[in-house]
Amino acid sequence: MYPDDFYYTEEHEWINKEGYIGITDYGQKELGDIVFVELPEENEEYEAGEEFATVESVKAVSPVYCPVSGSITEINSDLNEAPELINQQPHEDGWLVKIEIQDETELDELMDVEEYKDFIGE
Amino acid sequence: MKTALNEVHKELGAKMVDFAGWEMPVSYSGTLEEHNNVREKAGIFDVSHMGEIEIRGENALKQVQYITCNDASTLNEGQAQYTSMLTPEGTFIDDLLVHKISTTRYMMCVNSDNKDKDYQWILDNKVNKAEILDKSPEYTQLALQGPASKDILQELVNINPSELGHYHFVLGKICGIESIIARTGYTGEDGFELYFTPDHAENVWNSILDKGESYGILPAGLGARDTLRLESGLCLYGNDIDDQTTPLEADLAWIVAFDKNNFIGKDALIEQKDEGISRKLIGFELLEKGGIPRKGYPIFKNGDKIGKVTSGNYAPYLEKQIGMGYIPVNLGSPDTRIKIKIRNRKIEAKIVNKPFYNRK
Repeated sequence: MYPDDFYYTEEHEWINKEGYIGITDYGQKELGDIVFVELPEENEEYEAGEEFATVESVKAVSPVYCPVSGSITEINSDLNEAPELINQQPHEDGWLVKIEIQDETELDELMDVEEYKDFIGE
Repeated sequence: MKTALNEVHKELGAKMVDFAGWEMPVSYSGTLEEHNNVREKAGIFDVSHMGEIEIRGENALKQVQYITCNDASTLNEGQAQYTSMLTPEGTFIDDLLVHKISTTRYMMCVNSDNKDKDYQWILDNKVNKAEILDKSPEYTQLALQGPASKDILQELVNINPSELGHYHFVLGKICGIESIIARTGYTGEDGFELYFTPDHAENVWNSILDKGESYGILPAGLGARDTLRLESGLCLYGNDIDDQTTPLEADLAWIVAFDKNNFIGKDALIEQKDEGISRKLIGFELLEKGGIPRKGYPIFKNGDKIGKVTSGNYAPYLEKQIGMGYIPVNLGSPDTRIKIKIRNRKIEAKIVNKPFYNRK
């Protein structure tokens, strides 16, 4: 379920080496059915831990935090029409943005797959 | 607190949440799927957190009449009525369903988080020779809702559900268990609410799911209950109505029996009716994407803040973003353009008629 080569945060975001960022399967389950996604603009810059997007489920509004620092190079505009992709394919087509990672060592601060599975008790 | 079905919900994989002190299922397979399944097929809800207060005795009707604003004297045995208990100022203490079981016995189904307050209020306003009983622990309440409900129920009960009128009920049997079987609900869909002893909760629940399987039934949680009632324009206590709002403001004048003898809140409502209300509860839908309107978000018109959202969400069946809120009575009618402030943006919306959804 959880890709081996992703890095994970305690707020249930994932990022891979290419800079794709999304919400983990555990995270999407916690949120429930996602019905709206507000994404940043391309070229915007975010610090690690900074809020960069908002997802809304029928239950609640939830901020999404940037796992590492960098600038947004691509956004997943499919989510405007189909926010449910986050529920359906959280680690694939449900990605949120792609970021140009400023400092790859920031990835090491995140959890690897084993640590994340421990964290969520799976 | 837990309902008799707590473990059953967990075994079904429900996501559980705290709701007014009750550990309740918010969803099973997902709110959107559960919602649309109730619109198109059927859903079963455990709503045992709801309170049941019985009024008994030779003055039972007098008691009900004094503390509620609708006219319970029009009820025949086996009829239910939507009504409310009001403060002397005419604002809501609670909205509820009153069931006439017999001339000396009425059952009121009230909101769970208001139950203790309601019970105390009735005691404080007790009429001579009326008996007031909190029967909540003695009832499991299930809501079977959706177009297939009557066919599913038909296989489990000793009555003909199709012959039961809207807002009528019988004391019948389900799976051999004595139960109030009422054609009521909170989803805007055809359906039934069942009240019976908690000892048999698991048996009845599982039997409904078994018989309902071929009809496509799904268990549904409080998430779908909330989106279904909103899409149907039904008020939720604590959101759209509370002790600061009156039935006239909430577009519920039809539950106020002005020609009835004295009831608590009557004088205040007559005064408000004569003077005219200054604000009213309206429905709206968003005209552009920009988020989901939610309780507390400001409503704007021509740059001025004119009110606040009381309930709002994504309407799964209509596939729209909808909500309700109070605005000054002269500032809007259907098709009036307004804006809802969601985070930092004002999103275009228009006032629409309630209910948002009408069943076919």
